[in-house]
Amino acid sequence: MAGPMRIRATEEGGVTTVRVLMAHPMETGVRRGPDGNPIPAHFITDVEATHNGRRVLSAVWGPAVSQNPFLSFKFRGATKGQRVAVRWTDNRGGTRTDEAAIA
Amino acid sequence: MKPNRRTVLQTTGAMATLVSLGIVTAQQAHASGRPGFEARNLQDAFRALGGTAATSDQIRIVSPDIAENGAVVPVTTISRLPKTTEMFVLVERNPAPLVAGFTIPEGTEAEIQTRLRMGESSNIVAVVRADGQLFSAVKETKVTLGGCGG
Repeated sequence: MAGPMRIRATEEGGVTTVRVLMAHPMETGVRRGPDGNPIPAHFITDVEATHNGRRVLSAVWGPAVSQNPFLSFKFRGATKGQRVAVRWTDNRGGTRTDEAAIA
Repeated sequence: MKPNRRTVLQTTGAMATLVSLGIVTAQQAHASGRPGFEARNLQDAFRALGGTAATSDQIRIVSPDIAENGAVVPVTTISRLPKTTEMFVLVERNPAPLVAGFTIPEGTEAEIQTRLRMGESSNIVAVVRADGQLFSAVKETKVTLGGCGG
């Protein structure tokens, strides 16, 4: 379940664009399994991105964000070679942090 | 907008225990500390976010006019309103319209792209908090195959 995130960060003209692909089932809790019972909800509830320890984005999600969530955002103030970290937390207390260097 | 990490983790852990003991329903657990996510219609979601929002042409929603797969609909929300601090994305006809909220710190652009589930053709509503006030914009996306899998 907690597979690695793919993070790509590129800086151009002072703006760093970050694209993240997370690995998560984002189960809504509405779907039924083959036995007819609902599959329990399991989805990312919180996302936080930081650069040099400073938060550059935070997000609160419900289960309607698509499976294997994609997220893209841009921020200023970083330079090539510096790192961006992204952390997600889900409704079962699962969490994962990955980071990437800005190209 | 969101409580600090420690509070969220402690609350989530405590809630998870209560849910597994059957004391708190999963729905109640999701709702705690997350205003708007438990709302079952647009009006209640708006109320939870802070009230009415003035329509603004400074907010742009980029989404397909027709999405073939409602499970994965790319949506970009852009705000040109000065002092944008939060952006919310809602799908009007989803069982729980509020799908995502983003906090935009200073230095971050008010432009976020993600992918959403849409159960059926619906308005996508973007709500922006700028300088303490709420603004909104709407774009319809038709869906040929609904994405909730129910």
